[in-house]
Amino acid sequence: MRLVVDLNKCQGYAQCVPLAPDVLQLVGEEALAYDPNPDDSQRQRVLRAAASCPVQAIILEVDPPADRDTK
Amino acid sequence: MDAETAWAEAMKFENRPNPYPYFEQLRKTPVAKVADKTYVVTGYPELLALAHDPRISSDISRSPSGFGGDKPEPEPGSEHMQAYGREASIIVSDPPDHDRARRQVMRHFGPPHSPDLMPSMEPLVVQLANDLLDKVKARGNSRFDVVEDFAYRIPVAVICKILGVPVEDEPMFHAWIFDFMMGTDLGPEGSTAEGRALAEKGRASTAALLAYLGDLVQRYSKTPGEALLSKLLHDDGPDGPMSVKETTSNAMLLLVAGHDSTVNTITNCVMTLLRNPGSWDLVRHRPELIPRTIEEVQRLQSAVQFFPSRSATADIEIGGTVIPAGSAVHLIYAAANRDPRRFDNPDRFDPLREDNEHFGWGSGIHTCMGGPLARLEVNLALEIFVRRVESPKLVVDPPPYRHNQVFRGPRHLWVDFAAIAD
Amino acid sequence: MSTASLVSQLVDTFKAQGRIVIVGASLGGLRAAEALRKKGFRGQLTIIGDEPHEPYDRPPLSKQVLKGWVPADHTKLPRLRPVDADWRLGVAAVGLDRSNRQVLLANGEKVDYDRLLIATGTRARPWFNPEQAALKGLFTVRTCDDAAKLAAALRERPRRVLIVGSGFVGSEIASVCRDLDLPVTVAERGKAPLVGALGGVIGDIAAKMQIDAGVDLRTGVAVQRLDGDADGHVRAARLSDGTVLEVDVVVASLGSIRNVEWLEGAQLASGFWGVACDAGCRAFDINGVVTDNIFVAGDVARAPHVLYEYEFMSQEHWDNAVFGAEVAANNMISLEMGRRPHLPLPSFWSGQFGVNIKSVGVCSFGDEIVFTQGSITQRRFAAAYGYRGRIVGAVTFNHGKWLPYYASLIEQSAPFPPPPPGYDRPAIFEPMPARFPDPREPTAIPDVVLTGHDPTSRGAEFRPRSR
Repeated sequence: MRLVVDLNKCQGYAQCVPLAPDVLQLVGEEALAYDPNPDDSQRQRVLRAAASCPVQAIILEVDPPADRDTK
Repeated sequence: MDAETAWAEAMKFENRPNPYPYFEQLRKTPVAKVADKTYVVTGYPELLALAHDPRISSDISRSPSGFGGDKPEPEPGSEHMQAYGREASIIVSDPPDHDRARRQVMRHFGPPHSPDLMPSMEPLVVQLANDLLDKVKARGNSRFDVVEDFAYRIPVAVICKILGVPVEDEPMFHAWIFDFMMGTDLGPEGSTAEGRALAEKGRASTAALLAYLGDLVQRYSKTPGEALLSKLLHDDGPDGPMSVKETTSNAMLLLVAGHDSTVNTITNCVMTLLRNPGSWDLVRHRPELIPRTIEEVQRLQSAVQFFPSRSATADIEIGGTVIPAGSAVHLIYAAANRDPRRFDNPDRFDPLREDNEHFGWGSGIHTCMGGPLARLEVNLALEIFVRRVESPKLVVDPPPYRHNQVFRGPRHLWVDFAAIAD
Repeated sequence: MSTASLVSQLVDTFKAQGRIVIVGASLGGLRAAEALRKKGFRGQLTIIGDEPHEPYDRPPLSKQVLKGWVPADHTKLPRLRPVDADWRLGVAAVGLDRSNRQVLLANGEKVDYDRLLIATGTRARPWFNPEQAALKGLFTVRTCDDAAKLAAALRERPRRVLIVGSGFVGSEIASVCRDLDLPVTVAERGKAPLVGALGGVIGDIAAKMQIDAGVDLRTGVAVQRLDGDADGHVRAARLSDGTVLEVDVVVASLGSIRNVEWLEGAQLASGFWGVACDAGCRAFDINGVVTDNIFVAGDVARAPHVLYEYEFMSQEHWDNAVFGAEVAANNMISLEMGRRPHLPLPSFWSGQFGVNIKSVGVCSFGDEIVFTQGSITQRRFAAAYGYRGRIVGAVTFNHGKWLPYYASLIEQSAPFPPPPPGYDRPAIFEPMPARFPDPREPTAIPDVVLTGHDPTSRGAEFRPRSR
């Protein structure tokens, strides 16, 4: 799966981090770092984390769209 | 209906199952004066702005009359709400003390220092949820109370384990917390004879709870343990240890917040799914929708409807009016969560709702510290509930409600079911 | 048939059958393509990108990729919807023929368009000396390929890393080096890190942050020469103050070059600062007349902003690419009444040395700064920038939850200094000069650059540095 976090919207609430700690990490007390392309085994955790963001900064692609193959 | 009347109606116990029509009335003026020194904010953009405005204080000692309205003597309930800890807890402090205290607590509770603590509760939650449903199944009948038989037990066990509060003492502090909740009435019924009696009982129970927690904290102070309260007292991090008094106040905050609101959220989720035909089947077939379902339930039912600690430290122009310095300012999360300016069909339960930036967990620096833990508990409890409880139906709708306006939730939620799967 | 209905038919026909070409296949290009499809464009879409990769997320490249947590090729951007486009990846656009409406590609092919979106972004400024630029161990960081190579080099545990240039990216890389416990020197021509974007007062705080983290920070210093060994690997750097450093890795963080060379001869208003367009993303031609069919978005665009006295602004910000792309897409398939302006409030963030630095507005438009909340020594604070009595920008260090408040003040052109908070006032509470560098002083080119002529401002224009 793929995600990107809008780090302008992100205010460091970190509601997301404990719900998917392998994918989202706090660096220092406020800066968020994330794994943009985590393994599918993280799916439900990432869904929980994305839903938890008070500013909906986590943008997800859970399943690739039909036209993913760009070559 | 003027704002003062709408507010009073919204606070009445008879309207606890559904205060929302009165919030809608109030929202005609999104920032409305409801008493001489009290303003309530029910509009979405206005609440968002004020929750981020550094002229708004959460320090209860700066609020004109504690938690109550503007009365010559302290409002029933206000005094012991002020005593929500003899030393200010995080929820009623301002920066820099607020920030420092929150960092100290978070150090052993969440990221960046303890990112694995909350996730580590998963096995306990799963085991409890399954055990509780096994017990219901073993009873042999086809009805149970979601509150007493399921929702309540899980968050209590988890928060006790995290804090280091003996779960065996639960019947005792459950009773105290119950009295405390019953004894804070911000509506017109608070000043009746019955209201005052309940407030008195609430004060006594709060004192007892504080004494109990104070003893516990003192013991940890002398003899370190493994759990959060002890770690707070003996911390060698950059902000140092927390004092016994402050630890006691925050222990009370975390104990109450850590179970009451979560219980209400689990219950609200089951209730909302069963109220909306098709929703139950939807999440049963698509459990990946449970996280968004929980957020939508928080938007609609908001386990913490508002928290009356805030005040304006300067004149603030907002929502077409000016809030004078020194006024109490109540940010009504529950009302703003249904503002049609922000949410289409605001009264509709839509688990697929996009951009669901609601205030169910607060907004700004006081956003719920325990949010991730509560969500983990509710997600897991609901997943298991939905998977195992077959053909559930609400017995009584609306169910009987708890008394408290701030921490609003059903007292009981009876559900009939066909079977409980293994 | 009335004009109105003719025109409406025209729009519908274009939406169904038109051909749109997007040159640039990164964040802006992708989001524009998605927005076009979302808004009902059903015609032909071609996306051209010089990198061989699907659109990917750049910010992690200077942070978690370098740290080794995330591989450089694990940064692909999530897709919001299918775009149903003809993707031409790994081939650069080399020319634009406006009379025939064609984009010329490096492989000789020509791509026809009815409407064009220029989203070619920027590239890292290379090392100024071509011979030294060929040394192994010398890196720029813009692409995921760059980042993969640098991450590998850092894993080899170099004796010392030299970072030339202390803008945001350079500082972030220095921070990662310290996280990896690598010795690192930062050579900055200006007086302090981050001065171009945030001014000298904040620059001093940033400098102390670096030094406290163990960075060997050298300010007011240029790197004159890099020396390599017999294998062609960099081994030493000569600084303008006479010192010689032994280094195994050099990161050139010298700012960006807008990718406009391919537009030479196309008679557009394109140059050093990008391609000028109106606030609706429509490109200007070289005479300053707005074109009909050419649009610009992202790092390569520069457009007038009403909040900043209509000065043209060029922003290398993530938000600008996303919002600009959406507005450009909307305006490409709309006529006058359907068009929207792109008036972003510039916003950026940088994670470095354990601090989340966030900013909103154009701080460099201001000349005064006031610390409004928090503590400088703790590196947890909010500060506002003012220009002629109005607030124009704000910055927070680990205080990001307060930034929306300052953003709303900036949007309203509220008075500066802003009202005092009810608590947590900093020890120094009076406005002071922000100390932005004289544009004639050498420094890193700030991310947001005001170009255009304002008779009452300090300098006539930012001039490009020549070496």
